Amino acid sequence: MSHIPFFLGEAYRALRRNAAPSVAAIVTITMTMLLVGVLVPILGASNAKTNDIRDQVALQVFLFPNANQSEISALGQQLEGVEHINAVEYVSPKQGIEDLRTTLQEGGDADVLSEIKSNPLPPLFRITPDDPDNLESVLAALQPPDAAGKPRPISSAIEEIKTGDEQTETIRSVTGALKITLFAIAILLGITSIWLIANTIRLSIYARRREVEVMQLVGATDWFIRWPFVIEGIVVGLLGAGLATGILVVIKTVALDPLSADFSLIENLNTISLPQLLAILIVGAVGVSALGSGITLRRYLRI
Amino acid sequence: MPEAAETHARPANTPLVQLRDSTVVYPGGHVGLERVSLKIDRGEFVFVVGPTGCGKSTLIKLLNRELEPDGGKVEIAGHDINEMPRTKIPQLRRRIGNVFQDFKLLPNRSVYDNVAYALQCTGASRAQIKSQVPEILRMVGLGAKIHNYPDELSGGEQQRVSVARAFVNHPPLVLADEPTGNLDPETSIGIMQLLYRINRTGSTVLVVTHDRGLVDKMRRRVIQLHEGRVIRDQSAGMYTTDESTTEFGVRIRNELGIAESRGKA
Repeated sequence: MSHIPFFLGEAYRALRRNAAPSVAAIVTITMTMLLVGVLVPILGASNAKTNDIRDQVALQVFLFPNANQSEISALGQQLEGVEHINAVEYVSPKQGIEDLRTTLQEGGDADVLSEIKSNPLPPLFRITPDDPDNLESVLAALQPPDAAGKPRPISSAIEEIKTGDEQTETIRSVTGALKITLFAIAILLGITSIWLIANTIRLSIYARRREVEVMQLVGATDWFIRWPFVIEGIVVGLLGAGLATGILVVIKTVALDPLSADFSLIENLNTISLPQLLAILIVGAVGVSALGSGITLRRYLRI
Repeated sequence: MPEAAETHARPANTPLVQLRDSTVVYPGGHVGLERVSLKIDRGEFVFVVGPTGCGKSTLIKLLNRELEPDGGKVEIAGHDINEMPRTKIPQLRRRIGNVFQDFKLLPNRSVYDNVAYALQCTGASRAQIKSQVPEILRMVGLGAKIHNYPDELSGGEQQRVSVARAFVNHPPLVLADEPTGNLDPETSIGIMQLLYRINRTGSTVLVVTHDRGLVDKMRRRVIQLHEGRVIRDQSAGMYTTDESTTEFGVRIRNELGIAESRGKA
């Protein structure tokens, strides 16, 4: 459109004349985008971490030490037919002690096992559900309630089923709460930004009320009158996002990159790539400011 | 002439402005206009007079469609302007030039930019602006002051800028709401002369004023309003239509007893 230079010129004029509220809005957007820019990778990292832990979540079906081979293979067959099971692994007592020995050796405590003469470990099935959220249903399938309503294992060879319930519950609730909190903070900051942009544009409309009046009387279309204000809002948003991304890039290159060699959690921060993050921030800021401008124009620009 | 486009394929006898029983009642019950019917033909120069609150400004707002009548119709060039969709209002306003008592100039723009603004807002091309703005400013007698700012001009000069802005795209209808209300008599004549000159290019000019002395001497059609009603419509016919702008100015000055003083206004 050939009007774009005119719109840009008008928006520039408005920004200069309306500098104080514009600066306030820019600073708020910068803060918001900085926080979002820090929150998003942290959220990503904590998600990655919990996914790691959740992947390890498994059911351990302990069998009686005296369970015989046919009972064990029959149970193995049954387990194959249960839904939502990703993997079933049989761990014999012999295998179990080997695993334990390997783990202890890695930890440098290989000597502990030499104290034990016999093998105290029972045979067990290690079952991984296809999704940690399906743990309950798998558990219910393995021990359906009997007539009295008490859970009853599907095989007489099963002594006990351990779910690591507490562990998974804690992870689930902590990550859930973290997600909700961060999300709430981001939403609140977003609303503050929209409100500040709206306020900036409202002041700008007031400052330019004569122009608006003249525009209406000489026959400018509604959108011709609105565009400079929308552009003003978007420029404010872009400046805020630009400042925030600049600060984030500096923090990352100066502070995080040298550290990431030493700390695994910081390595996790790379779950989202920097250009992607910056793109999200800029799009977010522009969206927020367009929304703020739009709301005010609807309410205060009576045309 | 741009007016040529305006008159296409319409019967020549359609009045440019026609009010049919138009009534405006403001919130609170104050009656702005009460069953006003009037016709204004193309090329007329019309005064609307009456005391404050008689409905003069209401009439202007009605023609700009800043207000909608509570009864009756407002037709411009044969079209009921209150039936056109909202999105067409800008098109209507581009065909109407408005001059105000308080000029409504933008204080932080030069004379040139003030006039150019009206063209920019309606999507005129750069070339168009470059040729039309200096031309119209020369016509209103401000060719030497195009880079001045409004606060560097006298009241009369500011009103000339306002007239230039209203007429820069040669609208067929020019509405002037108390254009001389803030000006001294000599300056007022200059502005009237300018409006008359615009009228002579073919545009219809409607001037709202309460300067009875000036109106009586000008011998144009006068519509007198009182409490929202037309109480006198002294139609055209008592004056010669082909009086030149200069003759017009000389006659008015003579009749008002003001000596010609050039360079003022």
